Amino acid sequence: MAESPADLSAALLMTPVPTADWLVVLPPAWCILAGAVLLMLRKSLHLQAWLAVPALAILVVLDGLLLRHVLANGPVTMVMGRWLPPFGIAFTADLAGVLFALAGAVVALAGAVYALADIDGSARRYGFYPFLLLLMAGVSGAFLTGDVFNLYVWFEVLLIASFGLITLGSEPRQIDGAIKYAFLNLIATTLFLVTTGYLYGIFGTLNMADIAVKAAAGRDSLPLMTLATLYLLAFGMKAAAFPVNFWLPASYHTPRIVVAALFAGLLTKVGIYALLRTLIMLFPVEREELSFVIALAGTATMIVGALGALGNSDIRRVLGYVVISGIGVMLAGLSLGSPGGVGGAIFYALHSMVVMTALYMAAGLVGRLAGSFDLNRLGGLYGRSALFSALSLVLFFAASGLPPFSGFWPKVMVAKAALDIGAWWLVAAVFLTGFLVTIALGRVFALAYWRPAPEPLPATAIPASLLLPLAVLMALTVAFGLFPEALLSTIQAAAQGLSDPSAYIGSVFPGGT
Amino acid sequence: MNTLIFRTVAPFLTALMVLFSLFVLLRGHNEPGGGFIGGLIAVSALAIFGIANGIAAVRRALWFHPMAISAFGLFIACLAGLMSIFFAVPFMTGLWITPVILGVEIPLSSVMLFDTGVYLVVVGSITSIALALEAGDDA
Repeated sequence: MAESPADLSAALLMTPVPTADWLVVLPPAWCILAGAVLLMLRKSLHLQAWLAVPALAILVVLDGLLLRHVLANGPVTMVMGRWLPPFGIAFTADLAGVLFALAGAVVALAGAVYALADIDGSARRYGFYPFLLLLMAGVSGAFLTGDVFNLYVWFEVLLIASFGLITLGSEPRQIDGAIKYAFLNLIATTLFLVTTGYLYGIFGTLNMADIAVKAAAGRDSLPLMTLATLYLLAFGMKAAAFPVNFWLPASYHTPRIVVAALFAGLLTKVGIYALLRTLIMLFPVEREELSFVIALAGTATMIVGALGALGNSDIRRVLGYVVISGIGVMLAGLSLGSPGGVGGAIFYALHSMVVMTALYMAAGLVGRLAGSFDLNRLGGLYGRSALFSALSLVLFFAASGLPPFSGFWPKVMVAKAALDIGAWWLVAAVFLTGFLVTIALGRVFALAYWRPAPEPLPATAIPASLLLPLAVLMALTVAFGLFPEALLSTIQAAAQGLSDPSAYIGSVFPGGT
Repeated sequence: MNTLIFRTVAPFLTALMVLFSLFVLLRGHNEPGGGFIGGLIAVSALAIFGIANGIAAVRRALWFHPMAISAFGLFIACLAGLMSIFFAVPFMTGLWITPVILGVEIPLSSVMLFDTGVYLVVVGSITSIALALEAGDDA
């Protein structure tokens, strides 16, 4: 290529790429590589776990190194096949994306350890670990890509892997949940694809940085309001926002508990991330127009989630509704759009990834110890294991947003941002939701843990591999609740980077557009 | 469908189609063709073989489980992209070597490795779907 007479520098990246920039593409590439190896070794059931856990630990390390790189150097971009944007596909990691990716990797690692004891031989033979790695490829790719169509592709990757995970075991009940889940998610993905086609028709580009520039320049003449509304609906459905939230409680209680834990931690947050990316970075003015609608949807989501948590007696369903009520808080932050609101939404999403995964894991232990998920029949868990009860209580407090745990700070951020613009009803909704969720989870604790058992519980041992990930995730929520300063300043920088993407754009187009 | 004529012709037809699929795969770099379409041709060859001789014969002939073939394809496709880390160029940049074997210059590239990966992914995944559907027919 060197002797070619044409000037290639207009189309191709000619400068050498520092090896550190490879961290941008390595998380999804590593997951695909490891997933492929696990798929080839599908029959070696013993090897599976021993390969998957280190592979996910390496993913955590990669995301951690990427976070350090981005903290030091600002957003980092790598273009595929050295084709320059806007025509080449770009991977761009900014603070918001990397924070989500890192939290996702930590949750996946915890899930893989938990699965050592929770996933039996038949589900391993079915391919739990390969599916988990491919799910993480989709999740990491979605958080790190800088191209809207590429985002769609990663959504498909994680969706297909999640179909595999949700049907592990092929019980009729699971197939029923999987059909509802798959059908509604396919509608949302199709809507996403249609909107992206429309967006390409309008801008002639799919690169997010390029769209942000062109949208700012042509705001008066382009139908951006339509795009923003369509994306809000498509990603709102993914995030399980009211009134398109009904797929979540209909499906999350059917799969294996560790699968439900991973879904609760990862999938809805990818929707929230996509909402932040499109509505805050690409279409901020249109989001301003839509803010009342988003705030109403967020309030309804919070209240519906909290009431659903109060009204159900299956612990897994209760937790499904707690996930939904958390999505409402994130939507409230999104609707405000101010740095405090967006920061609160990001913080709450990270908190929810960790805490909801841990809560489902705790529910799995409840089911294992007491043989049931039904609050009408459970009891006596406190007498069975005081340590596990204490762990659960901390998680219940964290999910309700009580201080000093990590759920408290994002709620304060969102509430303060809402007070700043005088939206007192949004503040009221946030605190009412916190109150209702506290009652709902307090009810779980009172009935399942404190109430004496109707008959003595069988003396089942708790394997360390089930308790350890739970304890680590709990330690994270306590640590970030007690010492939030470092995380808060990072999150504020991330929110700043979303609202003012000039550094992001500069990273994609170093020479200016 | 299971006539004597079909059963006699099927192995030859399969061999011919697999050969043709490899031709389409290699042709794909500069002309119409490539890993995806080549893989589909190979899958139709295996499907014909399966209709004639039963799925057990196809599984025996493949030696590896179709899912493992698919996973290997994914693996080498990803590796083809990662190779460029050693040349200070971005992910998935095409890299070329032209070794001279027996006096003939043979251009080899990471693009071709990627396309071979795509070919194997398609062969493996669609074959395992086709075999599962044919097996379901018997039951």
